[in-house]
Amino acid sequence: MRTDPIILGTAFGYLALLFVVAAWGDRRAEQGRSLIGSPTVYALSIAVYCTAWTFYGSVGRAAEHGPSFLLIYLGPTLAMLLSPFIIRKMVRIAARQRITSIADFISARYGKSSSLGALVALMALISITPYIALQLKAITVSHAVLINYPAAADTTLVDEHFWMDKSLWVALVLAVFIILFGTRHLDASERHEGMVAAIALESIVKLVAFMAVGVFVVFVMFEGPGALFDQVAATPGLAGSMRLDSVPGGATGWVGMLVLAFLAFLTLPRQFQVLVVENVDEQHLTRASWLFPLYMLLINLFVIPIALAGLLLGVSAGDPDSFVLTLPLSAGLEGLPLLVFIGGLSAATGMVIVETIALSTMVSNQLVMPLLLRSRRLHLSTKGELAGWLLGIRRVAIVLILLLGYLYHALIGDSYSLVTIGLVSFAGAAQFAPALLIGLYWRGATRQGAAAGLIAGFVVWCYTLLLPGFAQSGWLDAGLLTEGPWGIAWLIPYGLFGLEDWDIYTHSLLWSMLANVGLLVGVSLFTRPTPLEQTQAALFTEAMHPNLQTAPLWRGQTTQGALSELLIRYLGNQATRRVFRQNRADNAFAADEPANAELITRAEQALAGSLGSASARVLINSVVRGEALDIESILSILDTTSQTLEYNRRLEQKSQELAQIGEELRAANERLRELDRLKDEFVAMVSHELRTPLTSIRAFAEILRDNSELPDEKRQHFLGVIVHESQRLSRLIEEILDLARLESGRLTLNPVPLDLAALARRSVDTIAHLHQERGIKLEMSLEADPAMVIGDQDRLEQVIINLLDNAGKFADRHQPMVRLSLYRHRHHFRLSVEDNGAGISVDERERVFEKFHQIQQDGDIPHGRPKGSGLGLPISRGIIAHLGGRLWVEDARTLGGACLTLELPPAPDHPTTTESSASPSSP
Amino acid sequence: MTPSGPQSRKTERLVALVAIALVLFCPPLIIVVDRLPSPHIGWLSLYLFSAWAIIIGLAAWLMEHRAGR
Repeated sequence: MRTDPIILGTAFGYLALLFVVAAWGDRRAEQGRSLIGSPTVYALSIAVYCTAWTFYGSVGRAAEHGPSFLLIYLGPTLAMLLSPFIIRKMVRIAARQRITSIADFISARYGKSSSLGALVALMALISITPYIALQLKAITVSHAVLINYPAAADTTLVDEHFWMDKSLWVALVLAVFIILFGTRHLDASERHEGMVAAIALESIVKLVAFMAVGVFVVFVMFEGPGALFDQVAATPGLAGSMRLDSVPGGATGWVGMLVLAFLAFLTLPRQFQVLVVENVDEQHLTRASWLFPLYMLLINLFVIPIALAGLLLGVSAGDPDSFVLTLPLSAGLEGLPLLVFIGGLSAATGMVIVETIALSTMVSNQLVMPLLLRSRRLHLSTKGELAGWLLGIRRVAIVLILLLGYLYHALIGDSYSLVTIGLVSFAGAAQFAPALLIGLYWRGATRQGAAAGLIAGFVVWCYTLLLPGFAQSGWLDAGLLTEGPWGIAWLIPYGLFGLEDWDIYTHSLLWSMLANVGLLVGVSLFTRPTPLEQTQAALFTEAMHPNLQTAPLWRGQTTQGALSELLIRYLGNQATRRVFRQNRADNAFAADEPANAELITRAEQALAGSLGSASARVLINSVVRGEALDIESILSILDTTSQTLEYNRRLEQKSQELAQIGEELRAANERLRELDRLKDEFVAMVSHELRTPLTSIRAFAEILRDNSELPDEKRQHFLGVIVHESQRLSRLIEEILDLARLESGRLTLNPVPLDLAALARRSVDTIAHLHQERGIKLEMSLEADPAMVIGDQDRLEQVIINLLDNAGKFADRHQPMVRLSLYRHRHHFRLSVEDNGAGISVDERERVFEKFHQIQQDGDIPHGRPKGSGLGLPISRGIIAHLGGRLWVEDARTLGGACLTLELPPAPDHPTTTESSASPSSP
Repeated sequence: MTPSGPQSRKTERLVALVAIALVLFCPPLIIVVDRLPSPHIGWLSLYLFSAWAIIIGLAAWLMEHRAGR
């Protein structure tokens, strides 16, 4: 089964499948039914981060350096968590300015500088070549392992001639493949929907393949993780292999690697391509920010078990980088290794495809096009479309990039492990981070600063990581690494200035970032940006400002004809028609009419989407007289917008306040009406109450006056009635006066220490007679006796009698019962009077204390008139409040009716901490 | 009325989550976990994967549930 025809057939079949998927994706995109309009596909396409290096190299690194391989994935996890702050901004800028690559992005940020773009493109080319070499190496080695196992794979590579070297053929096949589906057409937006769909599919394939090996190793070869770890623990050399000691550089190396992975994730050209350029919807980031970390977690889940299993098996498993293949091979399997090979092929081709397309775009837009535009010969002779040229340049670039990768692999690659090569590239790409990230948030960063920082960082990176690589492979004198150049020890590449005990990547990152950031900030502080630079800086740093995109950015003048001619020359008829069609309908095309700002902006964007922003700028400038919007205008737009927003916010706040006040006023008005109604009722009732006794007094007085010979007995009775009614009259008037005093605050109280229990007894005695007449059973329970409080004797007695009287009136009509109890509650004394009547409903409980309020009792309607004046309780509450206590209604504890409870603080001289003897008694 | 209310709350929570992730993934805590006594290969690997999973879970919750309360 492991013969070349089968393996090659499977591999080519798989590539063909990818091609079909990509073509299908492109077709769907043309029809407007995008395949990749889903956040899940977006997250899967980001997983192009997991290359052959993850697939084979993670296990190798885990075997050598313990858990440090995880840092390569924890860094991106942090970056994805921060995506709403960083990546979202980049996506928005790229969409608005039609950015095509990271070189284009940095060039656009610093005033659409073509030199800066070229610098970044060149740096990317140099630093990424080893990474492409790594993928070629992975494909070749995995193929060799598959064919030659159990013989060692490496020996067969050395003896062959270069045309027999399979890596060369792999590179050429890949080049053809990438040309076929990466540069099929040149669109205004440099998006490759078909490619993204194919990459997403590859991400699924590599995940499934890797997890299949993991499950096989852990559960078939070792009967579960427990068994595996037990065996490892029993092997002396392995027990400590997953501890921090095996991480190069210890804690410092740990942090360095985390930072490195974080930065590289944002700046690797292929990550920029899938994260930013290929993003179709900003909202997709929300899902991807956790789904992609989850993907990385899953694909790393079995790395440690596989590495440990490989180390346990020892020699038969071979090189740690190949454990993923050799473990299933050593178990005698045939199908699984093939699946693994396809998984590794997926990981490698996915990376090479995206990376090469990103690099070729950079090379054509940032390196070749600016040169071509400058050469006068081309400029004059151009009559037809430049699109064909551009595609041709990109195709050549793709072949050259892959050949460069092959060359690196053939000459140097063998002396390195997979992860080492990958990390060298990481550190190189990370050099873009300061110019990118600082430029995204600091408006003051200038082009000179960015260029100085980039160059310095790149030089330090070359010296501390790239050169030592050449030295290790024998190109340079190996003494460079041990003694330093010309024997100068403090210039040793891996131990600059004597910093020798750090791991090489953290060491390189530290010095290169110091130089990079230091020069970027330092030079920026002392250089003056050009107007265009200032404009672009403002557009980048303020990208998230809500109303920025609506502002037209051009003020120049040109005719529509000139613009159309320019676009046709570079983009072709179809794209030009698209640009002009988007123009408003009333602005029909007229060659002599001036083009409006909107049209010029769109034309520049269309050019930028194909040629990069720097070249587009040059071309537009060649036909447009005038300038783009300057920094002051942009800032004034932003300021106006923010002022308007602020005014809006304040207005909104004010209207909310007004609405609230209106609501309060309405409620108050409602309340006033209710009170007014109550007052009218009260006045009517008071007149009634006053007239009833007055009428009887007058009637009986007239009888006495007119009938002088009435019998004594009768005369006495009539006089008694007159006296009783007069008393009632004066009591009513007294109550009204009390209320008036309470309300005006003129009620004079005479507070003295007194015993509430004694007072309760006396009140009960006073009212007992009345209750007996009505047939009311009155109980008394004095648990606190004596109960010393501060109060006005007469007023308190008035309150208690009022409560008892009320309770009597509202008790059950057939078997009326009233109960008075006095007890302590915490530090206070409570006196409650309950009855067995109908009780008071919860929503009535506060209203009974309102003046003039009368409880409506269903059973009492026949009686016709209320049972009291409606003033007793409000007066009582006022008095109790004056004495520092409270009066309220609650559920009766024993009798089931209403219960009115008053609470008073104890007298200061008689603290209640001493337990008073409970003495319940009843009259 | 202003949409910035729940949105800024979400932003604050996200910043807090990143801070937690940093603390969990960086040295002092890593060293502490590494030094825990263990009969097998040490707790570090298990700890890293668990912390990672928790962070991903929290991020998923934060991102997917409708604008934070």
